Amino acid sequence: MATAFSVPKFAAQPFNPISPTSQQKPLIFPTAASPFLGSTRKLLHLSSSSQLNLRRRSSGSVFAVSDIVKEKKSTSIPSLLITKEEGLELYEDMVLGRAFEDMCAQMYYRGKMFGFVHLYNGQEAISTGFIKLLKQQDSVVSTYRDHVHALSKGVPARAVMSELFGKTTGCCRGQGGSMHMFSSEHNLIGGFAFIGEGIPVATGAAFSSKYRREVLKEADCDHVTLAFFGDGTCNNGQFFECLNMAALWKLPIVFVVENNLWAIGMSHLRATSDPQIYKKGPAFGMPGVHVDGMDVLKVREVAKEAIARARRGEGPTLVECETYRFRGHSLADPDELRDPTEKAHYAARDPITALKKYLIENNLSGEAELKAIDKKIDELLEDAVEFADESPLPPRSQLLENVFADPKGFGIGPDGRYRCEDPKFTEGTAHV
Amino acid sequence: MLAIARQRILGQSFQKIRPAVSVLRSYSSAAKQITVREALNSALDEEMSADPKVFLMGEEVGEYQGAYKITKGLLEKYGPERVLDTPITEAGFTGIGVGAAYYGLKPVVEFMTFNFSMQAIDHIINSAAKSNYMSAGQISVPIVFRGPNGAAAGVGAQHSQCYASWYASCPGLKVLSPYNSEDARGLLKAAIRDPDPVVFLENELLYGESFPVSDEVLDSSFCIPIGKAKIEREGKDVTITAFSKMVGYALKAAEILEKDGIYAEVINLRSIRPLDRSTINASVRKTNRLVTVEEGFPQHGVGAEICASVVEESFAYLDAPVERIAGADVPMPYAANLERMAVPQIEDIVRAARRACYRSVPLAAAA
Repeated sequence: MATAFSVPKFAAQPFNPISPTSQQKPLIFPTAASPFLGSTRKLLHLSSSSQLNLRRRSSGSVFAVSDIVKEKKSTSIPSLLITKEEGLELYEDMVLGRAFEDMCAQMYYRGKMFGFVHLYNGQEAISTGFIKLLKQQDSVVSTYRDHVHALSKGVPARAVMSELFGKTTGCCRGQGGSMHMFSSEHNLIGGFAFIGEGIPVATGAAFSSKYRREVLKEADCDHVTLAFFGDGTCNNGQFFECLNMAALWKLPIVFVVENNLWAIGMSHLRATSDPQIYKKGPAFGMPGVHVDGMDVLKVREVAKEAIARARRGEGPTLVECETYRFRGHSLADPDELRDPTEKAHYAARDPITALKKYLIENNLSGEAELKAIDKKIDELLEDAVEFADESPLPPRSQLLENVFADPKGFGIGPDGRYRCEDPKFTEGTAHV
Repeated sequence: MLAIARQRILGQSFQKIRPAVSVLRSYSSAAKQITVREALNSALDEEMSADPKVFLMGEEVGEYQGAYKITKGLLEKYGPERVLDTPITEAGFTGIGVGAAYYGLKPVVEFMTFNFSMQAIDHIINSAAKSNYMSAGQISVPIVFRGPNGAAAGVGAQHSQCYASWYASCPGLKVLSPYNSEDARGLLKAAIRDPDPVVFLENELLYGESFPVSDEVLDSSFCIPIGKAKIEREGKDVTITAFSKMVGYALKAAEILEKDGIYAEVINLRSIRPLDRSTINASVRKTNRLVTVEEGFPQHGVGAEICASVVEESFAYLDAPVERIAGADVPMPYAANLERMAVPQIEDIVRAARRACYRSVPLAAAA
């Protein structure tokens, strides 16, 4: 790991072509030290760690999933990983995610959206690669960077956009906002602002799936839960607590780390004693996999195996996806600490461009068809924005609604009856 | 204590149905006595057998039979899938309970003491209490967090804090605090059946105390409504509100005051959130004087909220300033005599009631 300073030697070697589907191009290292040492060191480290990872994967690793991926890679005939329909579905989903986030930025600067908005540009491969393999009853738990997870899971773009505008037609009637997307119909159970908060909740959702099957005897209940979180969260206590309990009780969950190398302005390397997150899985008795998160097909392969493992009842998996966010942490983040070279490096690995290239090169689709999809998404978003614009703001009576499922929790009024039984309760002054 | 309890039961049974049978029973003084521990255990047992979605989780709840033996026998009866011994991971297992509750299961999460709930408070507040609101009613969280709260005997500062006011300030939570066995049974059953997150604050020192209970309480469908306080003792001169262990002290104080000719009305709050403001205010309007008693820290406590509520709604009826009795404004000391000074005692309640009735000189303003 302390290879950061020996990396210039790697630059002289040709890139190790272990995996034919690898899309990494040879790196050009900046010779002058950039003012932000962290990011330069990270750039240098990146190539070394990915070299290490490649080598590790090929040298008979102990991780069950990596073996399968390794086998796939070693077949000399490059079989297509997806069909045309799947390819178009993946493309459309990623374009929807990207276009939606760009529209959010536009709306924010126009003042239609407010508060904290965290955009997902650049990480679409993970959301699409994983969530498109799920059934409706499977659950997804996310963080504050949850717009695209919601869209991939099936929440209509209109509902998400209205929620962001704070209108009553939003998926949470405007009460949740950007960071708290919930949809019980699509089994998207949040949307949590605290990092690490979603992980135990996801573990609980997985627990409920196992409980239903074993105690309540609902024989076909094999729902899987996916927990998405970032690299910063992997230093949080709750993460380790849940790795322990998920492995202990063999829960049907996949822990997906979206390692975009930055937690606001804190580089992953500056914050973590051992930056290779996937290694923390085996410490708790579950497989840990590292995958290139800018390549949706690779992510999909790993996801297939991890989800199938969970569904079979073999327990959890920790998947670390190396990815990058093209924008800042949030729309309020000036994003000054990240090295432009690093950003350019990852911008060249844009997952959407990569998939487009793959589809065209393998004759799965043509330019015209893909452009048609782009246009369709643009229209969808225009419609979503219009819908959100025209939707009404929540009425005053909504303020006190939904605090409790059983609203007797508001107690007894001066007339001796439960306050919630008074029909005028939610319309009067919010004096409880 | 027992004599008063018997008198109370007598008084209650006269108002109840089936007078002949209950009168006979009270004369033969065979009202069944159960400890609070037995009450909680039987409530958990009955709710778990009635609904297979109810399960327990916590440290030592299974093989150890419960750190305070509240969950004794439940592992043998329901198996390790429904009585889960967890590792020492409050944040983790509380979150797991919340996630399970999102999907309709009914966890009862035990904290060995509520002090440890501070390690999990993010989940209690942010993912349990606020979820129904944030999701606009799509996701309700039928979870119960229970465990001993407040001071025990000589356990030091980090094991003695009372969390009633912390949790009661959060919308979306229901906070209950039982006093006797009847409260314990009825409120725990109501809490488990309730579709919202409930924080259930027990008291370690009350676990071993026996209280008489009627047959109605022992029935498996017995529930106490959440949000209603109980007037434990009627009076006309001063209202004393209390919850948990302090109800016992308030009742004893009321007896002492009776000798002085002050008839105190003792209200057992039972439910801290929602607070039964109408009962408290009705009582204050009757007696015109109020003493609030609690074990926790004085600033921003339950007594502060009651005082503000009474001032807002019944100001014209108050004949004296509201007296607040609370624990000392210090972390709980260890030495036995200091601990006794740091927690309200019966004499403090008596003195405060006398002050409220202008029978003694008020103390100078403290720091």
